[in-house]
Amino acid sequence: MQTTALSTQLPLVTEPRNAGLPLDLDWVRGAQANTSAIERRAATLPGRRSVKKDWQAAWLCRAVSCIDLTTLSGDDTEDRVRRLCAKARQPVRADILQALGMEGLSVGAVCVYHDMVAAAVDALKGSGIPVAAVSTGFPAGLSPFHLRVAEIGESVQAGAREIDIVISRRHVLGGDWQALYDEMRDFRAACGDAHVKAILATGELGTLRNVARASLVCMMAGADFIKTSTGKEGVNATLPVSLVMIRAIRDYHARTGFRVGYKPAGGISKAKDALVYLSLIKDELGDRWLRPDLFRFGASSLLGDIERQLEHHLTGRYSAAYRHAAG
Amino acid sequence: MGVKEIFESMEYGPAPESAAEALAWLVDQGDRFGHFINGAFTAPGDGFDSRNPATGEVLATLSQATAADVDVAVAAARAAQPKWERIGGAGRARFLYALARLLQKHARLFAVLETLDNGKPVRESRDIDVPLAQRHFYFHAGMAQLMADQLPDRHAIGVCGQIIPWNFPLLMLAWKIAPALAMGNTVVLKPAEWTSLTALLFADICRQAGLPKGVVNIVTGDGAVGEMIVAHPGIDKIAFTGSTEVGRRIRQATAGTGKALTLELGGKSPYIVFDDADLDSAVEGLVDAIWFNGGQVCCAGSRLLVQEGVADAFIAKLKARMDGLRIGDPLDKCIDVGAVVDPVQRDRITAMVDGCSAGVIHRAAGALPDGGCFYPPTLITGLSQSDPLMQEEIFGPVLVSTTFRTPGEAVQLANNTRYGLAATVWTENVNLALDIAPKLAAGVVWVNATNLFDAAAGFGGVRESGFGREGGWEGLAAYTRPKGKPRPLAPVAAFEGAGEPEDGIDRTPKLYVGGKQARPDGGYSRTIYGKRGQLLGQVPVTNRKDIRNAVEAAQAAAGWGKTTGHLRAQILYYLAENLSARAAEFAARIDAMTGKRGGRDEVAASIDRLFTYAAWADKYDGRVHSVPIRGVAIAMNEPVGVIGAFCADDAPLLGLVSVMAPAIAMGNRAVLVASEPFPLAATDFYQVLDTSDVPGGVVNILTGSHADLAPHLAGHMDVDAVWSFSSSPISAVIEREAAGNLKRTWVNNGQTRDWSAQDWLSAATEVGNIWVPYGE
Repeated sequence: MQTTALSTQLPLVTEPRNAGLPLDLDWVRGAQANTSAIERRAATLPGRRSVKKDWQAAWLCRAVSCIDLTTLSGDDTEDRVRRLCAKARQPVRADILQALGMEGLSVGAVCVYHDMVAAAVDALKGSGIPVAAVSTGFPAGLSPFHLRVAEIGESVQAGAREIDIVISRRHVLGGDWQALYDEMRDFRAACGDAHVKAILATGELGTLRNVARASLVCMMAGADFIKTSTGKEGVNATLPVSLVMIRAIRDYHARTGFRVGYKPAGGISKAKDALVYLSLIKDELGDRWLRPDLFRFGASSLLGDIERQLEHHLTGRYSAAYRHAAG
Repeated sequence: MGVKEIFESMEYGPAPESAAEALAWLVDQGDRFGHFINGAFTAPGDGFDSRNPATGEVLATLSQATAADVDVAVAAARAAQPKWERIGGAGRARFLYALARLLQKHARLFAVLETLDNGKPVRESRDIDVPLAQRHFYFHAGMAQLMADQLPDRHAIGVCGQIIPWNFPLLMLAWKIAPALAMGNTVVLKPAEWTSLTALLFADICRQAGLPKGVVNIVTGDGAVGEMIVAHPGIDKIAFTGSTEVGRRIRQATAGTGKALTLELGGKSPYIVFDDADLDSAVEGLVDAIWFNGGQVCCAGSRLLVQEGVADAFIAKLKARMDGLRIGDPLDKCIDVGAVVDPVQRDRITAMVDGCSAGVIHRAAGALPDGGCFYPPTLITGLSQSDPLMQEEIFGPVLVSTTFRTPGEAVQLANNTRYGLAATVWTENVNLALDIAPKLAAGVVWVNATNLFDAAAGFGGVRESGFGREGGWEGLAAYTRPKGKPRPLAPVAAFEGAGEPEDGIDRTPKLYVGGKQARPDGGYSRTIYGKRGQLLGQVPVTNRKDIRNAVEAAQAAAGWGKTTGHLRAQILYYLAENLSARAAEFAARIDAMTGKRGGRDEVAASIDRLFTYAAWADKYDGRVHSVPIRGVAIAMNEPVGVIGAFCADDAPLLGLVSVMAPAIAMGNRAVLVASEPFPLAATDFYQVLDTSDVPGGVVNILTGSHADLAPHLAGHMDVDAVWSFSSSPISAVIEREAAGNLKRTWVNNGQTRDWSAQDWLSAATEVGNIWVPYGE
């Protein structure tokens, strides 16, 4: 199936790519994040925003279009990845999409390890769905630096159009912002035309203030997206962390005019959670960010819950997982 | 609009909460309500419509209470009170627990009905008002259970008349009824005429809880009914939440009646943002400060003070956030700002904003619904303190702002107001936050948060925001009184005489003002005679200018409140030491004036009292309230300020020392009017003050006619409290004049009783709650 007029993959060229800027340490060190206040905002958000009926169905379709359908397991095989890619092309049962008038809906990208990139690129040929590769010694990012840089190049060469790099957490924990900036700059350069998502591994950064500062440094160094987590940390995407990161994105846009994307990853598995995230993005960043070129969910099980909710929307009856195709 | 179009537009769309259950409840009640008196609804009488402000639709017809209705309600409350008190705290706890449970069981019904009636977003009534109301009944069920053990010396006041506002109809009902019932009182409550429906639903659950008849009575109607309650001789205590203007009238109306009174009034609460704050969180805090309930909140953070260096960035962020606010149908679960309660209020807000000629007005970009009673979130920047809107309470979704340069200037601007309800401080610097918070003239201070409430932490104001606290241990004082019977206080007259002086050399007592002896402004003196008619001396006749001078001296000594309790203790011990050294002289003086032989004992008792309050000076600790957040609510016992006091007439020295010692021990400054018939011990006493390191202005001593001076001292706008233990009948005039700046009063109403140290300490302090959420 080919993508249709749906704006699932909005052409990336509509936004100028974040060129970065020289490291501005005053800005970085001046960033504040009051944990209690941020948690209060996050805790009340689900009660402040509610999306119902057709709007809910449309928002859930939007969530589907922003999913980076992901498999990052040691037992991944090429066939397994091909199955996932097939699901990426047809994320929701055809009859449901037809009833919703949403034929042609596909996910934002497929996200795999380097060794699976070629298989994924092949499986997605003609779909317009990009392949994202996790890279730079994912998830810990502690392999030799030259190998981490080289890994990016290999994945790009294999056809990955998006590279999800992991930062060195120790640079953040030690307050060595210059080192973080330089590392990110090198990663960005190695990506060439491929877009780079900077994974902060927020669950390992200790404080929300560190999350805010690391977000700014990565954007200054040219990250196209900032992303919460590898999915392998103890704590992955949360609303408070998301609030801090998207406020950094907002400030960065206000000062530079560049729109940087946001990708929460790990721990988002329910349709209702996805709606809360979309409303958070809509309220804090604005509608422009509700598109796959600026927003992605890093998720593997979220899609299944959304499929069931969409069927419920059409039938008025709660659905079952086995009624929808596995990925 | 189809799914595909919404997929592109990503609009929110409607998310209505159903009103069906609430409307069905109204239909079940016949859409017409009488009053709830003695456990049953009366037949509906003549009345008025209650409307949904979002649509203008009539929800129900309510009855306007007559004087006869109020009489019956008060009589029912009176009849029920002794038995309600006698069932004991444990017995009352069971009923309060049942009420809490019933509020939970009917939570959504209460929330939807509240939103229909008041216009606030259903999110707020569902997630804030109703849960807090439940919490208040749970908390006070516990207070009832613990009363006998924890408050053994206090008992119920009796019948409480309670008048509540329209902005938090159910929550204010809970704040009033829960503590009153817990302490063994019965109540006659009047909800606001615009918003009576949840009070009537509450009456319904009182029946479901099996609450004894007459314990809770609810009468509906307008301000005229409130006036009947205030004036009713069968009521022992009035509790009012509402405007400062009405609060002032209530203070005047109850003056001299002996009715206990607590007032929770208006505010113009400062919201201070320092340059190191998390600005995004501070902006979000403002949404909860001034657009919560459409700014129709007495403690709304309505006055933004932002540090100059970040002002532009902050205002830009704030405007962007404002433009994202969704204004609309209060029953929609996805809106931020609902309807204004009534067109009268909307017109008032409109007139105030339209009358503002200074500053720059920014209105939120979000569209207002067609029809209904709405006002857009509004920001007025660039105002100065002298602009009326920086001073006057708007009580709507309108934020005014100005800038400051330094922490000191922030405090100065924040406190430059007649109000003193709440304040908010945003900074990431713990030193700054904890330094600023107690300096703000406010009953509640929130650090890096705003509008946090809980039953465990007292809420209430200083200055013209009223007095009394609701919630916490400190709130129980408003619904209890000390046990033991007061005795009538006979007037104590001065002796007449025509005799000659018995001392060798003439002595010239003066007034004691600002640590110096001062001749009276008027230049008159009054002669004091002993019982045998002998001339004991002449004392100055104080006039209003001497009062002015004394109050100015006391205000200039504000540093006393910042000294340590340890230092104040040392000075009080030193006073005792120096008084002891002159004990025989004071005893003789007392005996000469009173014509009795009690002087020695009175001096000994005075020394003991100084020791007692020296002991308390560094031990009257605050509390850390157990509030349900990660953080603390620090309840600090802060000095009231400048206390004016008319000292007891019968005990010339002990009467003075009894007032002075607790007042200055807690950090207040005192303007003391000596015993009118026997003033010479007080004028001798200033020599003891002079030799005991008491800083000038902390204690000021005046002599003269209590009746002449009472209106001037009680009417002085820079005095924070007035006490009277005088045998002259000045209680009424003090309470009436105190209405001017709503100063605290503690008067004897012609009676005397033995007050405990706790009574004195509590009168000498004001509990300020500082909320400090934390976490990194």
